[in-house]
Amino acid sequence: MPQDTLKVPELSLIILIGSTGAGKSTFARRLFKPTEIVSSDACRGLVADDENDQSASKDAFELLHYLVAKRLKRGLLTVVDATNVQEEGRKPLVALARQYHVLPVAIVLDVPDAVAQERNAQRPDRRHLGRHVIASHRQQLRRSLRNLKQEGFRHIHHLRNVGEIDAIQSITRDRLYNNRQEETGPFDIIGDVHGCYEELRALLEKLGYQITEEPITDVRDLGVRVVAPLVSGDATLRVFSLNDTAVDDADGADAETRRVASLQSADGPRRKAVFLGDLVDRGPASPQVLRLVMSMVRDGSALCVPGNHDIKLLRHLNGKNVTINHGLAETLAQLEPEPEAFKSEVRRFLDGLVSHYVLDGGKLVVAHAGLTEEMQGRGSGAVRAFALFGESTGEIDEFGLPVRYEWAREYRGRAMVAFGHTPVPDAEWLNNTIDLDTGCVFGGRLTALRYPERELVAVPAAQVYCEPARPLNYKQLLAASSQLSASSPDGENQNEKLTASSYQLEAELDIRDVTGKQFIETRLMRGVTIREDNAVAALEVMSRFALHPKWLLYLPPTMSPTETSALPDLLEHPAEAFDYYQRLGVERVVCEEKHMGSRVVVVVGRDEAAIQRRLGLVGEGIGKVYTRTGRNFFTDAALETAFLARLRDALSTAGFWEKFDTDWVCLDAELLPWSAKAQELVKTQYAAVAAAALAALPQVEAALTEAAARQLDGAETLLARTTARHQAATHYADAYRRYCWPVHSLDDLKLAPFHLLATEGKTYFDRDHAWHMETLRTLALADPGLLRATPYRVVPLTNPAEVKAAIQWWTDLTAAGGEGMVVKPYDFIPQGKGGLLQPALKCRGREYLRIIYGPDYLLPGHLDRLRQRNVKAKRNLALREFALGVEGLERFVAGQPLRRVHQCVFGVLALESEAVDPRL
Amino acid sequence: MLLTISTTYHPATDLGYLLHKNPARLQSLEVAGGQAHIFYPEATAERCTAALLLDLDPIGLVRGRAGASGEGFALEQYVNDRPYVASSFLSAALSKAFGTAMNGTCKDKPDLPTQALPLAVKVAVVSAPGPDWPRRLFEPLGYEVEIETTPLDPTVPEWGDSRYYTLHLRHEGLRLQDVLTHLYVLLPVLDNDKHYYIGEHEAEKLLHRGGGWLPQHPERGFITRRYLRYLAAYVNPTLERLMEGEVLEGASPPDPLSEGRGGTGFAADETGQVSNESRLAPPLPSERGPGGEAPASTDPKTSLHDQRLQRVAHEIYQLAPKRVLDLGCGEGKLLRLLLRQPKIEYILGMDVSHQALARAAQRLHLDEMPPRQRTRIDLIQGSLLYRDDRLAGFDAAALVEVIEHLDPNRLAALEAVVFGQARPAHVFVTTPNADYNQLFEKLNAGEFRHDDHRFEWSRAEFAAWATAVAERHEYQVRLVGMGEEVEGVGAPSQMAVFGMIKSV
Repeated sequence: MPQDTLKVPELSLIILIGSTGAGKSTFARRLFKPTEIVSSDACRGLVADDENDQSASKDAFELLHYLVAKRLKRGLLTVVDATNVQEEGRKPLVALARQYHVLPVAIVLDVPDAVAQERNAQRPDRRHLGRHVIASHRQQLRRSLRNLKQEGFRHIHHLRNVGEIDAIQSITRDRLYNNRQEETGPFDIIGDVHGCYEELRALLEKLGYQITEEPITDVRDLGVRVVAPLVSGDATLRVFSLNDTAVDDADGADAETRRVASLQSADGPRRKAVFLGDLVDRGPASPQVLRLVMSMVRDGSALCVPGNHDIKLLRHLNGKNVTINHGLAETLAQLEPEPEAFKSEVRRFLDGLVSHYVLDGGKLVVAHAGLTEEMQGRGSGAVRAFALFGESTGEIDEFGLPVRYEWAREYRGRAMVAFGHTPVPDAEWLNNTIDLDTGCVFGGRLTALRYPERELVAVPAAQVYCEPARPLNYKQLLAASSQLSASSPDGENQNEKLTASSYQLEAELDIRDVTGKQFIETRLMRGVTIREDNAVAALEVMSRFALHPKWLLYLPPTMSPTETSALPDLLEHPAEAFDYYQRLGVERVVCEEKHMGSRVVVVVGRDEAAIQRRLGLVGEGIGKVYTRTGRNFFTDAALETAFLARLRDALSTAGFWEKFDTDWVCLDAELLPWSAKAQELVKTQYAAVAAAALAALPQVEAALTEAAARQLDGAETLLARTTARHQAATHYADAYRRYCWPVHSLDDLKLAPFHLLATEGKTYFDRDHAWHMETLRTLALADPGLLRATPYRVVPLTNPAEVKAAIQWWTDLTAAGGEGMVVKPYDFIPQGKGGLLQPALKCRGREYLRIIYGPDYLLPGHLDRLRQRNVKAKRNLALREFALGVEGLERFVAGQPLRRVHQCVFGVLALESEAVDPRL
Repeated sequence: MLLTISTTYHPATDLGYLLHKNPARLQSLEVAGGQAHIFYPEATAERCTAALLLDLDPIGLVRGRAGASGEGFALEQYVNDRPYVASSFLSAALSKAFGTAMNGTCKDKPDLPTQALPLAVKVAVVSAPGPDWPRRLFEPLGYEVEIETTPLDPTVPEWGDSRYYTLHLRHEGLRLQDVLTHLYVLLPVLDNDKHYYIGEHEAEKLLHRGGGWLPQHPERGFITRRYLRYLAAYVNPTLERLMEGEVLEGASPPDPLSEGRGGTGFAADETGQVSNESRLAPPLPSERGPGGEAPASTDPKTSLHDQRLQRVAHEIYQLAPKRVLDLGCGEGKLLRLLLRQPKIEYILGMDVSHQALARAAQRLHLDEMPPRQRTRIDLIQGSLLYRDDRLAGFDAAALVEVIEHLDPNRLAALEAVVFGQARPAHVFVTTPNADYNQLFEKLNAGEFRHDDHRFEWSRAEFAAWATAVAERHEYQVRLVGMGEEVEGVGAPSQMAVFGMIKSV
């Protein structure tokens, strides 16, 4: 009975081998998705309009290789439908599989010449093929069969006749061992242990694991049992999925694993430890460490990836000739008294370790020496070698050790990578990767990363077990991080909050992250596209005028006005804003007075050290105030310093730092007066227009008055019109003057914050606007001379009286010269019937609009034309910018690397270069 | 905007014949941008005043705009001084309303146009670059000039006067035709903004309207440049035609774009010497000013900037590099010099400004370049603050007057990108020498040579930076002055030449 399924790894390059007429295309179509098949005939067709044009083969195969490469790069199983009977044809394909760390699989379709000839004869396009073609194909195929393994094929399926070929009903896709995406944790990821058993025990206990030593009664007993802590808190409540999904582990203890796992999860899900390898060597108790880890892995309370030291021990145990150095001698001496049965258990255990794991839906990767993005979730010798050893540059440093290639510095992947291997004085984030080997065996610490909490937990080494060949802190540390570690002595007892941020080490952004057409995934909208020419404009602004990108956590979105009012003499009115929200299902809105100043984002730290710690900016003061385009608001450094110090003091007085458990804050605010930043604009445009109008119009009036006195037809009408224009110009001058006052000192500046955007580890997009208003009102009380609370009111849209009162409020505000108000849904992130709603709509006053639409905009004939305006483009833009702004800040507080935050900020700036009516 | 023309000629009402507009009626006509109304506030035999009221439609100006913009914000805003100011809109209205008079024809009284009349003109208001300009433009033509100033904002006295003036002109005896022509040409020159695209046609108009008087006008250079909005392609030929063979003062012709005709100026540079700048009053370097003011006509034969570029090009060539980078290539002046060196196989010009790159492509005639030449050069947009793989693998890189345009706290990023990642074998960095600034008469202490400069370094500061960079990235560095050395303050510019220390 021939087999009816073929097994292939889920990610493989499947190369069909068979003569023309062997039925490869039929076979492929029957068993694979059409998109998975790359066929040489189809490629010939694409480049030559003729699938049989052999003269096009060279071009066709270039195309085929290109397609295969793109698919493999993206991690897709691919089937190559070509004869592939010659080694020279297979060679580039195997090379591609290697390049992309994909397993090459050969499926040989071996049919007799007669069958192939018969099939070709039925096809008009192949009828002309001579018998000799098939014969020579078959000959080449037979010669190939011997060499396939040597050529690098890991799986070879040889189907020897038509019966065997037709019998195959399905292809089973085996999951790669490293694919554990269904395991979502939470995890405690532990760095290099190197035989430091006491420290490991202490660390596990600190993490809440219960360790019980047991008597050894059977050779398979490990003498220790560990129970992982229950997952606490609803945020991390996730169910172990070990029971649901078959885990094809080579390990025979599978059933046992499941039994224990289900036992453990009987009273709820538990955490899981992840060991990053290098369990052994150099330290005092490698066998005990092995016992404990093996026990945990067997019980399903831990995962473990191998380190180079573990593998070297394995090779030794397997009888390979390895140099006994770098602490292996100690391990062997410690293993000496252990029973053979234990040693063979160790061998079995180490042999079964998988180079790396991809966990939690692809969001987390663990590997001893780290792993580049291209290698994650792939299987090849190169992947395994990289996971074990990393990559060295080929140079040797002054301590005689190889200089390691810092893959993490260039890491751009989406998955967080936790790794060890290279001892560092402190675990620090770099591009969403973290090295957890804090050199315990060298007298440093043993460190664990709690995932997804991103908290570091460490215990100090009891002693120096081994002198490092190269001092742990051999790298010149940044001034910031050295100050930091001075303030937090080693071995602090409580869990150390994630201190050093990845911002400290990152300096350079890559041009690829911002140029060209960008597609940014956001949590509020599925994806925001940035067009290339917008990015072009933003690159210039960002490079020439913006602050250092580390300051730019957030850029505020643009805001649309209400739809045009139908009321006479008005362009905007609150009724349209209320209608918009009510129509889309919003029940309550918040109306906030709009301050006419400059929109600013403020980032301020409790002290300079906070900025150094969190932003990695050294010597740049305690904060920055920047504009919508990322420019520094201040040009006067002394005023800037004084302003920020005063704001910081206000925050301290208000007890803000303690209340929000933070040492920095990011605020969205309006800074007044308008003229503080816009003085030049006020002078060259706004005041200039008033000056010109008020100089010219009286003279026109005088001339027309004389003409009217001469009873010239039409002079009266023109005179009346000119007088109206004169009045309009006077009103206009009054309007802009209201927002200007001289700034001689700090006392003349007013800051009106209206959103508390973020503090350490948190954003406040989940709080409603009333909360923001109240929180910031309390803050304003700390320094009323500097801070202005924004008057606001909450309006239930279902209550006509309240709505009417709100409209009256707006009417009064604007009649008194106010700019107007902003209407926001009660929730910060408003979801309505059609998805995300406008986060805010502005409703500007009649007089204020003179400085937008010109002095005469209310004159007959003008207003009617101005009513023709379209807010749609503006609103679309506002939504996309809002989504990007929120995304960037969320990424920042989650500790994501600079480039991920910068991408969003850059995106907002790029969108701002879209052509929309600037008056809206 | 109001223009009045009064005369005391007898009978004064002849003004109506001359203007071809009846003093007893108010007439309105459509003109570019809105309406013009013509009426006579007074019309007696003793004194007659004609008024032209230009009533521009501010909304139509913004909404009805067709064609390319590019002339600043003026027409893109509703808050706009155009409706109140004498501008090119007035010239257009003048030629439409008073075209007959401007051409000197009068059907009813054919001799009248040749008559010199006593005339008074009032313009409410003109916009001018300074209070002396109305005088400088109109006095040479025989007018008595008076201006009334207007405060920018009477509630803010410290802001001083605005750029708007009521202009009064008086002339004892002049043909009305001439007055109109003068106003037609000179009012837009004062205002310095044109509502329409400037083409060659505009130069023809200037020659037609100004041919009789402009060549003798002492401000003809200023008038021509501003009338033609500094479009060098039109300014220079027009000036030449105006001068009809007289030696053209100042205004250097636009750069010859032809390739391979180099050689000029290079010999002088061989020794590192640069020529004939007045030591006492060196001109400001001719960088693009924010106001778009064209280089002053007092430019020396080779500007400081050109000397700098030639020096850098020369130094680069001495190294016989195959692949050269110009970081911050701007409009491509250095690229052009490099292209002339046939042994350089590939040149990559990068700039952060897309506009500058477009101009560079135009000036280098990239589109028409023969294919083999074309493969030698590419232009890319990029920023020195972002790591960029495209910059790797070059033998030499030039950063001419680039670093001072970055905030000092961004220099670390530039350093990492250029010296840490791109790592060209040689890097040439030039920057102004702040020590030299005291010799610039127009520069106050502490001021920079260019508005966009974020810093200007003394020789010691530049040396400290360059040495530290070299040390951190394993380069050796040599510092040189660029331009004529002056004792105590050095040369106008300074250059650091970095060479990578080859690992053995």
